Amino acid sequence: MTTSAATPAGLLDIESLDRSEIEAILERTRFFQPQGDENFRRLETLKGKSVVTLFFEASTRTRVSFEIAARRLGADTISIAAQSSSVSKGESLVDTLNTLVAMRPHAIVMRHAASGAPQFLARHLKIPIVNAGDGTHEHPTQALLDARTILDNRPSIERLRVAIIGDIAHSRVARSNIHLLSKFGAEVVLCGPPSLVPQELASLGNGITIRYKMEDAVRDADVVMMLRVQLERQHEAPMSASEYFRFYGLRPEHMALAKPDALVMHPGPINRGRELSSEVADSKSSVILNQVGNGIAVRMAVLERILG
Amino acid sequence: MNSLLIKGGHVIDPATKFDGKADVLIVDGKIAAFGAGLDAPGIETYDAAGCIVAPGFVDIHVHLREPGIEHAETIESGGRAAAAGGFTTICCMPNTDPANDNATVTSYIVQRAKEFSPVHVYPIGSITKGRKGEELAAIQSMKEAGIVAISDDGNPVMNARVVRRAMELAKSLNLTLIEHCEDLNLSAGGDMHEGVNSVRLGLRGIPSASEDVMVSRDLLLAELTGVRYHVAHLSTWRSLRMVEFAKSRGLSVTCEVTPHHFAITDDDVSTYDSNYKMKPPLREQNDIDAIIDGIVSGAIDAIATDHAPHAGSEKMQEFERCPFGITGLETALGLSLDVLVHTGKISLMRLVELFTTGPSKVLDLPSGTLAPGATGDVTIFDTTTPWTYDVQQSFSKSRNSPFHGRTFHGGPIATIVAGKIVWSRTWGLA
Repeated sequence: MTTSAATPAGLLDIESLDRSEIEAILERTRFFQPQGDENFRRLETLKGKSVVTLFFEASTRTRVSFEIAARRLGADTISIAAQSSSVSKGESLVDTLNTLVAMRPHAIVMRHAASGAPQFLARHLKIPIVNAGDGTHEHPTQALLDARTILDNRPSIERLRVAIIGDIAHSRVARSNIHLLSKFGAEVVLCGPPSLVPQELASLGNGITIRYKMEDAVRDADVVMMLRVQLERQHEAPMSASEYFRFYGLRPEHMALAKPDALVMHPGPINRGRELSSEVADSKSSVILNQVGNGIAVRMAVLERILG
Repeated sequence: MNSLLIKGGHVIDPATKFDGKADVLIVDGKIAAFGAGLDAPGIETYDAAGCIVAPGFVDIHVHLREPGIEHAETIESGGRAAAAGGFTTICCMPNTDPANDNATVTSYIVQRAKEFSPVHVYPIGSITKGRKGEELAAIQSMKEAGIVAISDDGNPVMNARVVRRAMELAKSLNLTLIEHCEDLNLSAGGDMHEGVNSVRLGLRGIPSASEDVMVSRDLLLAELTGVRYHVAHLSTWRSLRMVEFAKSRGLSVTCEVTPHHFAITDDDVSTYDSNYKMKPPLREQNDIDAIIDGIVSGAIDAIATDHAPHAGSEKMQEFERCPFGITGLETALGLSLDVLVHTGKISLMRLVELFTTGPSKVLDLPSGTLAPGATGDVTIFDTTTPWTYDVQQSFSKSRNSPFHGRTFHGGPIATIVAGKIVWSRTWGLA
């Protein structure tokens, strides 16, 4: 049933990782967290290794985060924005990758708009592949950095009530987080318009429930994770932006229902006034910027595990 | 014309309910007799000891891609794959380029088949012009040119009024109307069966309802028009229930299932291997259970492959970008033996029926019997010997099979068309 996370030890998804593997990455991430401060010294762990970031979908934040992580470990990085290269000329994914492999990188970090694209490549290539987001499937390093951010603020994930709100069906961030949180024994509450939160999501793991009202979802929550509204998916749930914000946007009155010190998270970039209000985004419960910082540390841990 | 004496086999002939040791004599391309201890001096003998000898298998649902898409398959290559799969008769769907929507294309296919195919090929004409679902195709002219049914396979006819008019015409011409049942609005954008797996894999779903809605519409129209109506590649348990209901009310309704729809489920999509992508999509275990029950009970009339070759360059892509469909001619019998017969679900007699008299009745074809006077088409197969499918050795021009490397227990041994051995496991193609 599970997809193999193990090409030559790449990272394709959270679903096929077991809890101890995830814990090892999260623990190692702590070691890299101080690297962001001014005393940072470039490490030589991955000296002589080259990492290709191959992004078939634009994402400056994730790509730069991976590149900084790789460089801090001493690796060389080569960045390829595939949507502007030969891919748009009709070259197949396999051909593009074969070309890259001929350049002999040590790992490929890839983002692709098609679910399963990294799994597809992993079957054809003998190079570790790190999934930096595939279609509407998974975004494993995002879930890892989210878990690290929670653990920076809570002693354990177990039994935390985590509400994930928005377009769950089309969110790779949500899927990876659901798997991770469920493996760690959290109580996961999913919430959004019905057509974007199909019932089948409840069978992705243990402890998952579905609510269609924000108030029910955020009540007593320890963590509220908001998802970015993806305008290109709106045809699946015709709903105006104002209607969406009214029923599924996170506002201070919702946070009043959550636990007093609840955390607000968002994978970014945020749409103020669309999925969350400015008051919430800038409130002290917001750990959105901590997430960004943890992104680099967690990606260092992942790259070290794969290439170190 | 060819003559052949097939000696020492175990003959199974559903048309006459014969099930026992017998010889089959073909003289000048026609079945002359079958019975014990036949002797025919001067006629070539084929030793079928240890094998099942059956009427030639009929596949009423294949895509031969000719004219227009010859890089994926031709009438010749598809015909050869059919022979290697034990089929002596195949019916090809009209989604060629141009579509088989007029007598010129029909005649072209008939002519090419005569010249290049080792097995009989009957074309199926499209229901509408260009398979666009709007204006009726030149159905009467195509009938004169040799079509045996009409279908817009791949493209369901979404407009109920158009289907109704096509059904009325088909009935007057004694043609079966075959529908690929899929409500395109419900299935739009979908890549696999909608369910837990599609949600888990982040792939867009094709709900069972997209098939069920269309089957229900068509059954109502079939009753209205009295047409002989056939559901192609039925894949859901609800559609089967509706077909059973229609049959119980005496409607002239039939259905087929493909081997992949009773052999594998949407769990297999987990690897994002595009060889598991087809329409209808692989469904769930409860659908498979219902389909197998329907095969046992007789509610399902035929096994058909929906052999759908696609060139590697098209199929070897991201799951959501590759075309739908898999090849199936060479693996159909092996899968059916393993899933249906070796598990004790059905007898060999029923299996042979699903490949012979069953599909022949659906389209009112003369094939599928060993009765004296019938064309000398015979399929010889074995029910035990393990063999492993190597898609690289396929006679098809395409390689899009999910069954590469799978070991089957029993399969085709020799295929005889009008008294000529066109393929045998030992010698290959004639």
